[in-house]
Amino acid sequence: MQSKPIALTVLDIVSIIVLGIAAYLALVFAPTELVMGDVQRVFYFHVGTAWVGLLGFVLAAIAGIAYLITKDMKWDRFEVAAVEVSTMFFFITIVLGSIWARPAWNTWWTWDPRLTTAAVTELIYIAYFMLRQGIEDPEKRARFGAVYTLLGGLSAPITFMVIRLFRTIHPVVIGSQSAEAQGGFSMTADMRTAFFFALFAFTIIFIVIFG
Amino acid sequence: MEITPDTSGYMIAGYIITFLTLGIYIFSIYQRNKNLKRDLETLKSFEPKQTKKK
Repeated sequence: MQSKPIALTVLDIVSIIVLGIAAYLALVFAPTELVMGDVQRVFYFHVGTAWVGLLGFVLAAIAGIAYLITKDMKWDRFEVAAVEVSTMFFFITIVLGSIWARPAWNTWWTWDPRLTTAAVTELIYIAYFMLRQGIEDPEKRARFGAVYTLLGGLSAPITFMVIRLFRTIHPVVIGSQSAEAQGGFSMTADMRTAFFFALFAFTIIFIVIFG
Repeated sequence: MEITPDTSGYMIAGYIITFLTLGIYIFSIYQRNKNLKRDLETLKSFEPKQTKKK
């Protein structure tokens, strides 16, 4: 078994540091939102985990295409890793969203277009592992997995775009939002710093776990 | 003037769940990696015997 490259070991340490800084910026540095209070602070990690979650699903779809073209098993391994890491991050996204929704919308869950597409996306990728478990032949498993992630990958852009295309109560922080949106807010400069750093931190953490 | 509600409990719950999920997942990766290394060592220990048979 190959030993871990030094660059990845350095990145491990960097990821812990950036996670700490991201938590500090979200919990201490960013100002308290006046209408929602402290619960708004989950927004930074909610969006950060959603970003890497959806990114991984798209990467898995690309790996699926690469496998179908080359039949190289390394793309299958890449695809499984991307789906596994992203499913974990996307689970955090959904839980944080639900926690935020309780005080903001007065409910833990509602079948809003964004919440529905997010739940469907998560379930698609949980089912992906069930599909793989059911196939013994590695090549057949890789082929089926590749086609599945290729189709499943469509759920990522749909989930991202749904709040920009349909009437929804889910707020859009960057860009124009639906008139029905509830819980939206304008970001101050400090909030933006925490927000973009969280995106950066989770990208690093994603690379480290993925690597 | 609107009073900002105290929703810090939700925030704390959110961050606890986030760090707990991340921690459990990283621990599972560590465990699986350890098991994989052990399995590879076991397989390697069989290698010389098979060569002798040939």
